[in-house]
Amino acid sequence: MKRVPAPNEIQPDSFTFTPENLEKAKQHIAKYPPRRQASAVMPLLDLAQRQHQNWLPRAAMDAVAEMLEMPRIRVYEVATFYTMYNLAPVGEHFVQICTTTPCWLRGSDDVVSACKSKLGVELGETTADGKFTVIEVECLGACANAPMMQVNDDYYEDLTADNTAAVLDALAKGDKPKAGPQSGRRGSEPAGGPTTLQDFTLQDSRGDG
Amino acid sequence: MLRDEDRIFTNLYGFQDWRLEGARKRGDWDNTKAILDKGPDAIVDEIKASGLRGRGGAGFPTGLKWSFMPKESDGKPTYLVVNADEGEPGTCKDREMMRHDPHKLVEGCLIAGFAMRASAAYIYIRGEFFIEANNLEAAVQEAYDAGLIGPNACGSGYSFDVFVHRGAGAYICGEETALIESLEGKKGQPRLKPPFPAGVGVWGRPTTVNNVESIAVSPTIMRRGASWFAGLGRENNTGTKVFSISGHVENPCNVEEEMSIPLKELIEKHAGGVRGGWDNLLAIIPGGSSVRMLPKSICDTVLMDFDSLSAEKSGLGTAAVIVMDKSTDLIRAIARLSQFYAHESCGQCTPCREGTGWMWRIMERLATGEADVAEIDMLLEVSTQIEGHTICALGDAAAWPIQGLMRHFRPMVEERIMQRKNKQPAAA
Repeated sequence: MKRVPAPNEIQPDSFTFTPENLEKAKQHIAKYPPRRQASAVMPLLDLAQRQHQNWLPRAAMDAVAEMLEMPRIRVYEVATFYTMYNLAPVGEHFVQICTTTPCWLRGSDDVVSACKSKLGVELGETTADGKFTVIEVECLGACANAPMMQVNDDYYEDLTADNTAAVLDALAKGDKPKAGPQSGRRGSEPAGGPTTLQDFTLQDSRGDG
Repeated sequence: MLRDEDRIFTNLYGFQDWRLEGARKRGDWDNTKAILDKGPDAIVDEIKASGLRGRGGAGFPTGLKWSFMPKESDGKPTYLVVNADEGEPGTCKDREMMRHDPHKLVEGCLIAGFAMRASAAYIYIRGEFFIEANNLEAAVQEAYDAGLIGPNACGSGYSFDVFVHRGAGAYICGEETALIESLEGKKGQPRLKPPFPAGVGVWGRPTTVNNVESIAVSPTIMRRGASWFAGLGRENNTGTKVFSISGHVENPCNVEEEMSIPLKELIEKHAGGVRGGWDNLLAIIPGGSSVRMLPKSICDTVLMDFDSLSAEKSGLGTAAVIVMDKSTDLIRAIARLSQFYAHESCGQCTPCREGTGWMWRIMERLATGEADVAEIDMLLEVSTQIEGHTICALGDAAAWPIQGLMRHFRPMVEERIMQRKNKQPAAA
């Protein structure tokens, strides 16, 4: 996707943090030493994006700049440099398919095809109902569970064409399919069970919920 | 094979409780005060004696790195920064440590921070790791609530803070000076060195940047002793290591093993072997996408450690093993990595900004065979013009996979060009 701001027609005139997010923003700023508040630009842009249907309008960047006493251009630089900031609207479900070599070796082409045919869009496009945007991304760091895709904050791993379609179906229905491996694995242990730590795995099975 | 009792990450797969209560059952935070009571110099000496080398790719001795920090305070803060911006293709080990064993990292921050006389630790975690960052933040909060960090950490009289900072999608921020820039609220573009971070780091203050795994193993080294850790692996390549095994194996996985384990044994014991059997192996990238690939003949015998792999003109890197069987289009596999580096170049240095895209375009031509044989030498020549001519190592990392392909599989690349030429009707 092009790293350029959305056209003026759809840019809102103003942006204000909700009281709740304003409180969170203050907590972020407090993490950094005095007069180093610019360090909070990334968490604040993330907060703004979450408040604004998962994309960052220019008004939000300006609000962050004012809050952190930064020149606007410094905030624009950050917002356009990091790929997780969406500079234009995206679908309710933002589907990012990893196609870097480790995922490609395990069949990310099938995941791409499944998304395209299920949703009827090409990579980089949004469905007509605004529900899904599908893009190709670089390595998301879950290579032992390849191929995988990220939908909003969740990783869906160990994908095939079939279980990719199942995840998309569930999302379309408004359900929240279980994130993580879709193969029955718990994490990144070998399929069929760990080859190590077998005694430890029996101790406790509460897991990370 | 490494015995379970010698494994450090005993909740690597998340079968147990990752919170403080579960972590304590696994031995974390057990009398940490006694470790701190030994004093900063004794901790640095112990880590030096253990032979621990940095787990983020470069393999620099961790204890030595810590010793570069100022011993006398000028009254202003100094920092430990943990590099949790894991993004090297093939690598997915830090993620498991952070979501399933976060207290090892938090405790490691305290011990390492104390040893280098730092005032606080910032853990810079890649933005996409949302659950991982949440678990880590929760673990940090638990540690504060239990008095393990914060003022008078563990009752030691030492005050130490730990903060989690989320990135926002930039591979380059895994480079330590780019990470520092990013932490300061800027674009992640690497800084020239010197000055090195230990002199001028984040907010202009002395800073040490360490990988998650380097920090997370340090409490266990302090508890079990340098000689235990140094007794694993080979000389100069000691300890345990978490390997990420991906690609064409029966059972891709992360696994903690002894350093210097033979590559073949690693794959056959833990990953269920190469798909279709060992003889179906074509090549392996042994240390994350940035290192040069190895053909099967070398994979048969090579050991997984720093020195063995660099002797083969490859590297241990992040110990991410990407396996490719005989069905793989190797040229396409490397072309995809070239695309990755072109996408992730920060744009600061001309050779990398222009060169990575140029190399990707040539690699695409080689993948279809729509090139001239002379372009192979031109590509290699250009790769050496990028390698070593940029501020950071991303240019090198973009050049090496291509050099590895040509070093071992050049006839395959030439054959594809010839095949395509032969299919074309002769020029009139």
